[in-house]
Amino acid sequence: MNDIQDFYNMMERGNIMLSFKGEVTSDLLTSILQIMETKMETLDEPPKIKKKVYNILVECLQNLYHHIDEDDKLTAQNEKSALFMIRKEQDGEYSIMTGNYIAQENVNNMKDRLDRINAMDKEELKDYYKEVLNNGEMSAKGGGGLGMIDIARKSGRKLEYNFAPVDDKFSFFSLNVKVAQ
Amino acid sequence: MEELIIEGTSKTPTIKFNPSTGYLLVRGRSIPENSIEFYKPLVDILEAYNSNSQSSTNVDIQLEYFNTSSSKCILDVFKKLEAINAGNSSVTINWYYEEDDEDMLEAGEDYQAIISVPFKMIEVEED
Repeated sequence: MNDIQDFYNMMERGNIMLSFKGEVTSDLLTSILQIMETKMETLDEPPKIKKKVYNILVECLQNLYHHIDEDDKLTAQNEKSALFMIRKEQDGEYSIMTGNYIAQENVNNMKDRLDRINAMDKEELKDYYKEVLNNGEMSAKGGGGLGMIDIARKSGRKLEYNFAPVDDKFSFFSLNVKVAQ
Repeated sequence: MEELIIEGTSKTPTIKFNPSTGYLLVRGRSIPENSIEFYKPLVDILEAYNSNSQSSTNVDIQLEYFNTSSSKCILDVFKKLEAINAGNSSVTINWYYEEDDEDMLEAGEDYQAIISVPFKMIEVEED
């Protein structure tokens, strides 16, 4: 039974406002966004910060949602599951953290994209966004490779990430997006 | 042509387009998971309107925020307006943003740089 208290204390120390582990569905996404919107209303943040955090939240959650292929019967339930957390540090900085499984063959591609984004300054990100917006092909699910660029632009910080190999098929992808005050 | 009216929800904006006055309004937030499907009726009616447009077409975009999936569809809408502007109607796009909302102002400037239609950036007070 001590486990429960340990979990609680860990989340309390980590200033976790909300966390979820499981399969990200459309209904779940809607609920989380509603809960976070209500929570942020009570926090007395400037509208500018509220909008930024909400916007990044939407992109991160929809990334997790689009990442899961609903017709995929081969992937085990465990590997469709994702982790989502939002924390507010004592100094007021927000962190939006996600974790999900990614197929090994997609790791290098994803890593290259993140590195490319992280190497850019504000103006370069703006130009890159416009280029992908205007020329990029839209995937069937509506993603168009704009999500991470937009997250980086709105965050105003470098994207922190890690890929940890799980087995020969999957790695675990961790992403931490900080919102500059 | 009939007027297009789509009522807003917590994830999608209110859309009103009246072909007989040439007025288009997009207001609210746009964060659907599938934005192609949502924006299709608007893209279609603008396509049809181009062959029978009013002398001027006025567009008010009052978005609180939008996701990147919507941003491509909004560009498609603007490309239709660009074609209408190159045709028989002069189009003006009014892009509204709340004071201090640099992200929304920048988003408008991004479109302004891509689309050759006159844009007006209009700052409004926060709610």
